[in-house]
Amino acid sequence: MKTGAKILVESLQREGVDILFGYPGGVVLPIYDELYDSSLKHILVRHEQAAAHAADGYARASGKVGACLATSGPGACNLVTGIATAYMDSVPMVAITGQVPTSLLGNDAFQESDITGITLPITKHNYLLKDSRDVARVVKEAFFIAGTGRPGPVLIDIPKDVSTGVVDKFEYPDKVSLRGYNPTYKGHRRQIDKAIELIVKAERPVIYAGGGVICSNASAELVEFATLLSIPVTTTLMGIGCIPGDHPLNLGMLGMHGTEYANFAITESDLLIAIGARFDDRVIGKAEKFAPHAKIIHIDIDPAEIGKNKRVDVPIVGDTRLVLKDMLALIKKTGAKEAWLKRVKHWKQHHPLKYKKDDSLHPQYIIRQLSELVKGEAVIVSEVGQNQMWTAQWFSFKHPRTWITSGGLGTMGYGFPAAIGAHFARPDLPVFDIAGDGSIQMNIQEMGTAAANNIPVKIAILNNMYLGMVRQWQELFFDRRYSYTELPPVEFVKIANAYGIKGVKVESVDEVVPALKAALDCDGPFVMDFRIEREENVFPMVPAGAAINEMIGGHTPS
Amino acid sequence: MKPHTLSVLVENKAGVLSRVTGLFSRRGFNIESLAVGTCEEPGMSRITIVVIGDDEKIEQVMKQLNKLIDIIKVTDLTENERVERELAMIKVSAEPGTSRAEIMQIAQIFRAQIIDVGAKSVILQVVGDTDKIDALEKLLRQYGVKELVRTGRIGMLRGTKTVGVGR
Ligand SMILES: Cc1ncc(C[n+]2csc(CCOP(=O)(O)OP(=O)(O)O)c2C)c(N)n1
Repeated sequence: MKTGAKILVESLQREGVDILFGYPGGVVLPIYDELYDSSLKHILVRHEQAAAHAADGYARASGKVGACLATSGPGACNLVTGIATAYMDSVPMVAITGQVPTSLLGNDAFQESDITGITLPITKHNYLLKDSRDVARVVKEAFFIAGTGRPGPVLIDIPKDVSTGVVDKFEYPDKVSLRGYNPTYKGHRRQIDKAIELIVKAERPVIYAGGGVICSNASAELVEFATLLSIPVTTTLMGIGCIPGDHPLNLGMLGMHGTEYANFAITESDLLIAIGARFDDRVIGKAEKFAPHAKIIHIDIDPAEIGKNKRVDVPIVGDTRLVLKDMLALIKKTGAKEAWLKRVKHWKQHHPLKYKKDDSLHPQYIIRQLSELVKGEAVIVSEVGQNQMWTAQWFSFKHPRTWITSGGLGTMGYGFPAAIGAHFARPDLPVFDIAGDGSIQMNIQEMGTAAANNIPVKIAILNNMYLGMVRQWQELFFDRRYSYTELPPVEFVKIANAYGIKGVKVESVDEVVPALKAALDCDGPFVMDFRIEREENVFPMVPAGAAINEMIGGHTPS
Repeated sequence: MKPHTLSVLVENKAGVLSRVTGLFSRRGFNIESLAVGTCEEPGMSRITIVVIGDDEKIEQVMKQLNKLIDIIKVTDLTENERVERELAMIKVSAEPGTSRAEIMQIAQIFRAQIIDVGAKSVILQVVGDTDKIDALEKLLRQYGVKELVRTGRIGMLRGTKTVGVGR
């Protein structure tokens, strides 16, 4: 005889969950009571949004399914932004919420909210349990759905009486049977043959790699494939890390804040090989002018992404790793396209990313110093805005799953809690949250979580006393009318100190490296308040809706 | 842009209809007609949806539907030889006398049945495709249509082909 709550906790453990991020409340008391003497580790956050982001950060850094827990009503609603963030970036996560007892459902009971209704459009699937006997099966299904195919968040809503209800026999199912869910993993052979034919014939091929490569752990295969055929690779924001930053074929990020050489290469290419990417508007700009001369091969596990924003010539539905493996087995080394590689190299040399090198404190410099200090052996998480783009542009990543950022939803406040989650996935690596002074204040209360559990996340605040990215748009497109984007100065070190966290304020260039070293040397959390050049911009920049080779702060291809 | 009739086989579970309709409104597809009922498979239901859009939109909506876990199979009937029907009930003002006789005559031509006769009105029941029902309604207008209710459209492939799970 076991209660629903006990079965839940045991089921989570059977799924290999070793850490749960959560926050208690009335209807989850039976679950919390089970956690009290369970070996399942629980981290008490300071806001449920952080629980969702931490589970997400854990999932992205580890490749496993993350898990979080909240009470009904306000608790569940506070998870929403975190669930939506995970959904947009295809992150495997299971969110568990308490619910009012089934007898009160639909009665506007105290702390009742229809969280399955609310999360319908932002979950891969969700469940409202009505019977304690379903707990084990649903947990099994939820983890299966979250972690397979195109990953995504799944929510399980558990009414209080389902938690307290007693079940005679508990058997954890070892299989799921879902007749409406059969992801395609293996690419269609005929399509693969067609793709190979195009690749062999192409003179100016480019690989456009996205988060799908990271998701399916296809980075090694991708690098092998690109190297074998000498095809330059550009990555989306989500794809960063799938090829080392210093790899000669790596063109960096493409799109709105992409490198000029990546955008030029796309524009001139005659074959675009899109792998685990979804032709997002921030990447492709004006759709008709994106890769206008190229035939397109699109490899993706989600058939709905193929042909959604751009017509493709060879669609291949499948797991990017398996498809790349199949292609590698079939394709032979081709002669390198020397003229094309030379052209790309020329762009790389003549259109590098740049910033003004003078005595003032430039954020790009800070990121470069950090990059050189850790040499790719760190997990770098970002918030959203300029801080995110500078990191994407200037940090040289070495491994997949070491770059963690909210791409699709662009959630300010994501970084710090996600970094906390990432630490539990990779306790062997230092974890940095690169933040803006706006974003960090969206979940700054998590300093409480970091301090209480001595979670050694290093927060590097690129403090420009502005909502920098919005200010940049106002500067460029709204006549410098800085409407509500200035933030009064905050002494972040003092806030950190109040939580019992060490920190340092940095105001000049020569203090940067010592501050970064102090952060690395500190065995607990650490805050760096970098007072950067206030009106620094992120360049190059493609204005929204323009062609990606029409960049501000860049030049025309030479 | 033409109407497509999608036949969607779903798990017969709570909330499945809102998953389907929510997806349509969220992605900006208008549902022209909707019919839901049990079907030949135990534990499953069939939803028939008529949606207007160009081929790419329809392909996208079908792919998105297929992603829903509780959806088992999606078929576009429009690409095949098929039969489609709707049922309507129409309550018409019909004072005893000439107008009532005329209404009876119209009903006969349309093979509609009179399923209720009141002192001042009658209810007609008609089965047919959308055009037929529209035509009947138009003809009855002059007598005064007090109420009209129609089901969503349902459809089936002609011949031995089916849109079921197959065995
Ligand atoms: C939750 C949320 N609210 C609003 C925005 C819109 N937004 C995007 S970037 C940005 C400014 C971010 O400012 P800050 O965190 O200081 O970073 P900076 O751009 O200065 O590096 C805002 C407000 C957002 N992305 N997320």
